[in-house]
Amino acid sequence: MSAPAGALAGRAVASTPAVASMPRHRARHRRRLVCAALAGAVVVLFLINVLLGTYTVTIPDFVRLLAGERIPGASFIVMESKLPRAVVGTLIGIAFGIAGSIFQTMLRNPLASPDIIGISYGASASAVAAIVVFGATGLAVSASAMLGALGIALLIYLLSYRRSGRSGHSAAGARLVLVGIGFAAMMQALVSYLMTRTDIRTAQDALVWLNGSLNSSNWDRVLILAASLALLLPATALLARSLRGLEMGDDAAAGLGVRVAPSRLGLVVTAVLLAAVATAAAGPVAFVAFLSGPIARRLLRGAGSLAVSALVGAVIVLAADFTGANLFPLYLTDGTSLPVGVVTGALGAPFLLWLLVTANRVGRGG
Amino acid sequence: MGAEAHLPVRAVPRPPADGAPDTHYPIAARGDEAGLLAPSTLAASRERAGIGRMVSGLVLALGVLALVCLASLAFGARQIPFETLVQALTNFDPANGDHAVVHARIPRTVTGLLVGAALGVAGTAMQGVARNPLADPGILGVNAGAALAVVTGIYLFGVAELTGYIWFAFAGAALAAAVVYGIAAIGREGATPIKLALAGAALTAGLSSLMNGVLVSSQDTLDAFRFWQIGSVGGRGWDAIGAVLPFIAAGLLLTLFTGRLLNNFALGDDVARGLGQRVGLSRAFTALGVVVLCGAATALAGPIAFVGLVIPHLVRSFTGPDYRWILPYALLLAPVLLLGADIVGRLVALPGEIQAGIMTAVIGAPVFIWIVRRRKTAGL
Repeated sequence: MSAPAGALAGRAVASTPAVASMPRHRARHRRRLVCAALAGAVVVLFLINVLLGTYTVTIPDFVRLLAGERIPGASFIVMESKLPRAVVGTLIGIAFGIAGSIFQTMLRNPLASPDIIGISYGASASAVAAIVVFGATGLAVSASAMLGALGIALLIYLLSYRRSGRSGHSAAGARLVLVGIGFAAMMQALVSYLMTRTDIRTAQDALVWLNGSLNSSNWDRVLILAASLALLLPATALLARSLRGLEMGDDAAAGLGVRVAPSRLGLVVTAVLLAAVATAAAGPVAFVAFLSGPIARRLLRGAGSLAVSALVGAVIVLAADFTGANLFPLYLTDGTSLPVGVVTGALGAPFLLWLLVTANRVGRGG
Repeated sequence: MGAEAHLPVRAVPRPPADGAPDTHYPIAARGDEAGLLAPSTLAASRERAGIGRMVSGLVLALGVLALVCLASLAFGARQIPFETLVQALTNFDPANGDHAVVHARIPRTVTGLLVGAALGVAGTAMQGVARNPLADPGILGVNAGAALAVVTGIYLFGVAELTGYIWFAFAGAALAAAVVYGIAAIGREGATPIKLALAGAALTAGLSSLMNGVLVSSQDTLDAFRFWQIGSVGGRGWDAIGAVLPFIAAGLLLTLFTGRLLNNFALGDDVARGLGQRVGLSRAFTALGVVVLCGAATALAGPIAFVGLVIPHLVRSFTGPDYRWILPYALLLAPVLLLGADIVGRLVALPGEIQAGIMTAVIGAPVFIWIVRRRKTAGL
């Protein structure tokens, strides 16, 4: 995978003039370097999440736990709480990172993440309705979010689909985005309305869900997420080539031999499913989908890469969860922990802004 | 393994590009059926006919806006017949209950008018400046800045009344926009559209996170904030309107006449520069107008997101991409959407009401989706 992907990344780069001058082998070298560094960061953060924090586990103990030994106290906290939580965090980070990056690349718009084009809001509206109207909790909320995300995505796709013919299908991407905006606005209005029509306690529960939280992670969720990703990640890898074609525009993609309409359908379905399973597992963890793509692109000096976006997503979620669950309570007076989605934007956004500030010479590689 | 191996050369027959104007519609059918006119005369006459059509469209829009304003005074929990409405406006009698109702609705209508106009024009200018159809006034960080400032005001200083929110919202909006523009302007090319959009969206993400952090940990703040957040034009007094009116007027003056600049932006920075435009300066100038408008609107009515995002798209679907026409149409039609939504919101949930911020999306979005489906979307 790595050699052709590297070559293709090199070709995609050619569309951004600032990077075109960078020799292809250097771009590939940088890509490997960034990948390795991010993978290392994911591992370190994963271990920090599992081993440190409010309850500290030593590495030998952790190894013994993994081998199946029972240590009173530690067994429960690590195996039933911290480990599944960290796994869910990693997986949703990967899923959101890829989903956002697919939309941003395919629609050639850094603002087009599932947050903005309606899918997350579909999940949110459905879940908040379940919480507020039916008093749902736990898995029921997840199921409702999943249904909402898929339902809205289907509606958006059907309404933006038009038989190609006199107008061609080159506006299909733009129409998808615009219809998505319309639905996002409606769903957001519904959420705001529901929030004002319920008692403050339920509103706060809903707000925690709306921000995304890993508190209810367990092995069932890990299993569902892992199974979904086992199907979706290979699909993503297969579609990545067409995605790089579509990035250059529909006509250029067709010229490169990409079958535009089926590829777009495949990519949309994959991205929507990724966003939907992740949202169902932990809520629409804010801004991970939006931030991962641009951060990855700037780390790679302009070239996009789904793998790097996925790793960036995982890093953001793991770092944010550790900060929210363990660091904040140390400084806040009442000792409450913050849900992960409250911290993701606060960690990811400054980093992206810093990259924007320091990338003086890379003119417009966004 | 070279890239060439993955580059199959295959000629694919393509239908005409969608961006081409009316390819399915023969040019001769538009005004010059016989094709008798000389090309230059033809172009001139078509342009004149276009201007005539555009101007009469503006007059029509103005008429619709006037009707909506009257409707906003007449409808609500208590319906006022037309004659009484006219009497109340021309010959006010304080003892008459109906007259009092009409007068109570005037500030609300004025608020809707001002906020709608400000958001529509700001949204149009923002999409032009950022050259991005997803850009709305909030993309400069204005809404997030205002919201965080209001939350801070409630949380730290216990601000409870609307006039108190205004100054917090305005300060937050201005500060956030200044930061976004400052970050985007660093670097060789200055504030390019892509950097502007990314910096704005990123700052919005960061500020929203901080805001949510406060909201999650403080129930009282959430309780006050959730009602400000949905956006409403009701319950604003003359003092609040008076406070933001100068800003909206100044912002409209700044922004309404930037059509030519925005048209040049649409051609790309390099072409605009080639046409003699000082790109950085004019972008900063337009952005200033957007911030003033959007900050004032948000301060007065809370964050109403949909209007600024959608009105430019709606307008563009019948004016085409010329910003000199889009701006005045947005000025007139955005308040129609906001006031219309407010009126419906007053009527559907009697005896209560649903706030305009919610109704704009509920009413506007289906219309918007319908138009997006029916029309070819005019690009930026």
